[in-house]
Amino acid sequence: MVAKNKHNEIIKAESRDLNFFYADGTQALKNVSLPVYENKITALIGPSGCGKSTFLRSFNRMHDLYPGNRYDGQIILYPDNTNILDPKVDPIEVRMRISMVFQKPNPFPKSIYENVAYGLRVRGESNARVLDEKIEEALKGASLWDEVKDRLQDLAFNLSGGQQQRLCIARALATDPEIMLFDEPTSALDPIATVNIEELMSSLKDKLSILIVTHNMQQAARISDYTAYMYLGELVEHDKTGTIFTKPSKKETEDYITGKFG
Amino acid sequence: MEIKKSKKTAVDVNAIRKLIKKHKKNDLAFAALGMFVIASLTITLIILFLDLVLDGYPKFTLDFFSNFPSRRAARAGILSAWVGSSLVLLVTFFVAVPLGIAAGIYLEEYAKKNWVSDIIEINVSNLAGVPSIIYGLLALGLFVYSFGLGQSILTAGLTLALLMLPIVIVSTREAIRAIPIHIREAAYAVGATKWQVVLHHVVQYSYGGILTGVIIGMARAIGETAPVITIGALTFIAFLPPSPVSVDPPFLNFEWLSSGFTVLPIQMFNWISRPQHAFHINAAATGAVIIILTALMNGFAIKLRYNVRKKIKW
Repeated sequence: MVAKNKHNEIIKAESRDLNFFYADGTQALKNVSLPVYENKITALIGPSGCGKSTFLRSFNRMHDLYPGNRYDGQIILYPDNTNILDPKVDPIEVRMRISMVFQKPNPFPKSIYENVAYGLRVRGESNARVLDEKIEEALKGASLWDEVKDRLQDLAFNLSGGQQQRLCIARALATDPEIMLFDEPTSALDPIATVNIEELMSSLKDKLSILIVTHNMQQAARISDYTAYMYLGELVEHDKTGTIFTKPSKKETEDYITGKFG
Repeated sequence: MEIKKSKKTAVDVNAIRKLIKKHKKNDLAFAALGMFVIASLTITLIILFLDLVLDGYPKFTLDFFSNFPSRRAARAGILSAWVGSSLVLLVTFFVAVPLGIAAGIYLEEYAKKNWVSDIIEINVSNLAGVPSIIYGLLALGLFVYSFGLGQSILTAGLTLALLMLPIVIVSTREAIRAIPIHIREAAYAVGATKWQVVLHHVVQYSYGGILTGVIIGMARAIGETAPVITIGALTFIAFLPPSPVSVDPPFLNFEWLSSGFTVLPIQMFNWISRPQHAFHINAAATGAVIIILTALMNGFAIKLRYNVRKKIKW
């Protein structure tokens, strides 16, 4: 069965009544139900502290790294209807299907080659020819190949900030994820690097589904197909990006996107 | 056309300059104080070292390193002492380093944070400050009598390993904590297990700090006297332990572990307690050897840390 919405989009994953509690007891998410569509970009916007990053990090069970955090509700991943928040589902399995790009470029202090290879290595791939091929493909996919093909053994730290972030995208891409999560991927980058990353994200959606958190509303408007506005841990409104930015149905959303609030 | 220049000022420029001058005096005072403290410490050390070298320099010959101790000061050397120190440190290294690194990794990466781990943490930090003679007493009761290991190189190595263990554990934990959280998250996010993160990232990015701790711990162990005397190291020894390597298979030989021994600081202590001046020269030369060894090890640790920091910058 393939789940679809009213716009006839295919649902790749969806959260159902997702609540999330940090170890100190604060509730960061309140009954959030939100679909992520296949081959679309879904953007999460909202003021600082509204829970959008918390929501994003639930999709790869990043919160499991810190003891005491608690999920309540479901995130269903299609086509196999796996509830990725189920304690019986290993978070490593989830992370092997859903990859993530972080706010600050965080390459490993290893070579460019090893950075991209890492996801494949933890999956047990050691065949040099397969690795070479996959790494070239991932670097091309992240529009970085031409800049680094002659110095794959250089340390990743020697790249510029924008290149490092594209390297991180290549690392996340190399393992053929079904969904890619972006947590404010351009907030530490200059405008030119930002444009590069945005173009890159748009080109990636042919292959996979994207969920992105952004502080930059123009960015959401430029690249996303769907936008969700969150406030104080709740999902206020979710619709096609054009609708959200031109005629939002809720007053709060309008106040936020027109800059009256936030 | 005339260029107009601003004539307005909201503040008294001279007053600001005076204020800055006054504040900078504090800078100067603190820098001078720091300089004085560091200089007095360094000069003390240098004078001590020079004194040892000047007293002992007639002994800086090959014979001094290749002769056994003797009743005749002129013929006495430190062969058994430096071989003993090396073998004891070898045992210490192979016991304390794997155990200490493993314990540090476990405490930092695997142990649940609760009251048990808090108590362990406090105890490990405390152990680093326990007087070494206490370790000697513990070793005498445990290794020498209970385990029957005798007054051997093995006993001494294990004792110094106990002494060194907290230093290795603490430096391992500190080195691990210095790894930024976003690097860990990056590794987990591509699907690495905890063990893979430890093996491929944590250990590889922290080994500079860990090795620094190891070397500093070894430098401390080499100069330890009290615990080694307590377990009953010999003070006069005119033979070498059996060689650890042999020309015949299996090439390794462990008889040396149960051999009697002496170490450099004990040899020095032994000579200094004799009335004849000639032995005091030997003691001074031995002291200089210990200080040079310690300085070399610490220098190596600093160089190592510098190299790693140059490569890995967060």
